[in-house]
Amino acid sequence: MKRLKKQRPWKMQKLKVQIRMAETKFLFFLGCLIPYRLPSYEVSARKVLGKLGVDLVEMPEFNCCGFPVAPVDYELALSLAARNLCLAEQQNMTVMTLCNGCFGTLNEANKVLKKDKMLRDKINSNLQQIGMEFKGTSNIKHLVHILTEDVGLEKLKEFVKSPLTGLRVAQHTGCHLLRPSKNIGHSDNPEDPIILKKLISVTGAECLDYEDETECCGNTVIGVNEEIPFKISKEKLEHVKASGAQALVTVCPSCHMMYDFNQPRIEKAFNVSFNLPVLHYTQLLGLAMGFKPEELMLSENRVKPTFLL
Amino acid sequence: MDDTSEQRKQGQNNLKTGKIDPKFKYEIMRMPGSEKVHLCFQCGTCTADCVIARFTDFYRPRKIARTIQLGLKERLIGNEALWLCTTCHTCIDHCPQGVEVSSIIRALRNISVKNLGAMPSIYKIFASNILKSGYVYLMPESRLKKREEQGLPPLPKPNLNDVAKLFHATGFNETLEKAKTMENAKAEGAN
Repeated sequence: MKRLKKQRPWKMQKLKVQIRMAETKFLFFLGCLIPYRLPSYEVSARKVLGKLGVDLVEMPEFNCCGFPVAPVDYELALSLAARNLCLAEQQNMTVMTLCNGCFGTLNEANKVLKKDKMLRDKINSNLQQIGMEFKGTSNIKHLVHILTEDVGLEKLKEFVKSPLTGLRVAQHTGCHLLRPSKNIGHSDNPEDPIILKKLISVTGAECLDYEDETECCGNTVIGVNEEIPFKISKEKLEHVKASGAQALVTVCPSCHMMYDFNQPRIEKAFNVSFNLPVLHYTQLLGLAMGFKPEELMLSENRVKPTFLL
Repeated sequence: MDDTSEQRKQGQNNLKTGKIDPKFKYEIMRMPGSEKVHLCFQCGTCTADCVIARFTDFYRPRKIARTIQLGLKERLIGNEALWLCTTCHTCIDHCPQGVEVSSIIRALRNISVKNLGAMPSIYKIFASNILKSGYVYLMPESRLKKREEQGLPPLPKPNLNDVAKLFHATGFNETLEKAKTMENAKAEGAN
């Protein structure tokens, strides 16, 4: 008993730090892959968020988050990310991304630059040439963090008009929402991700477990080597299929491209058949909120979710 | 990274003291994220948990860390195995010594690009696209028109001037030009 009492003040303190005001207005960082290849994700996200009362302000003059050039020049990647962060600081709003890669890069740049003074000075000397300065006052969130932390699961439940009871799905959260855990925050478990599972169960669908849930899709090296990512994704699709799921739910455009767009190519390469529809989480939520499949552009998905159309 | 039996027979992978660069690990430790490479005690957790290592014998993060500690710069710089890391960061989370393995791979890639000017062509395309459009892809006109039909707001126009200045400030535009001329020369040589 004594020990419990001693712990209490510490616990209270920690709670106080965690409580933040829920926001309803966000600066929307769209990224590159979504407008280029996946309008279905953007359309469904805008529709769903609009109904939930989340205001999106378009981020003006943003550029690529920097993720694609980090392997060749990390300083350039950080500078590009920091420029976006400076734009967010000027607007004084929390940034929302739909893409794991954009979230991971911007969030990491924000935290690394705040911590490492030498690196910050170096990046700021680059930013000086475009009349900007990184201060570290912005905050980056992914769509799933906004749905769980700012909208809240309770409120989300109220908006679910036609629950998807009987639908069995599996989730793929994606690497850059989970790891490296010291930089990510938002208290998801990198070994056993739970946030997306909770969000799926709100829609009434059942979220099934499967083997190697946290494994990478391999899409980032597809430009260098096609064989290995195909093998990785084939294994993933096999595990999802084995669990008995009718569809796979993603929140990352890159993972979505790998499992949906490349699925026929994987099937061809290994002479197998999956026919496993891959949905953006916003499409699943949209269906549960009563939107029509065509409003959520479900037919744009390469593997047609015929049982939902 | 894995040596073939033929190389082993010929003694190509024997350590030669003349080829050791004892300062190489300090060069790596100065790169952001790679500060702890000297702490690696070769437990092999990174390789065991690496998704790429599961599917190829060519890529072994544990060996890469050891090669850095030994100072065998030549074996690493320009090694094609470096480009196989997916940056899933499982190795960072699992390392008992707090070594950021995938950040070390990034540092090695960066040094390879800077020293040799060689990079997989996909990265040349990505970087040129960012320089040209601000996005990593060149958005076709049809796509932009379709946005209107889909009721989406127009795509924000990136500030290309700022992007070009950042490329210039980091010196990457020179590296990119060098890599492009090298590729062209190679293509001409092949013809």
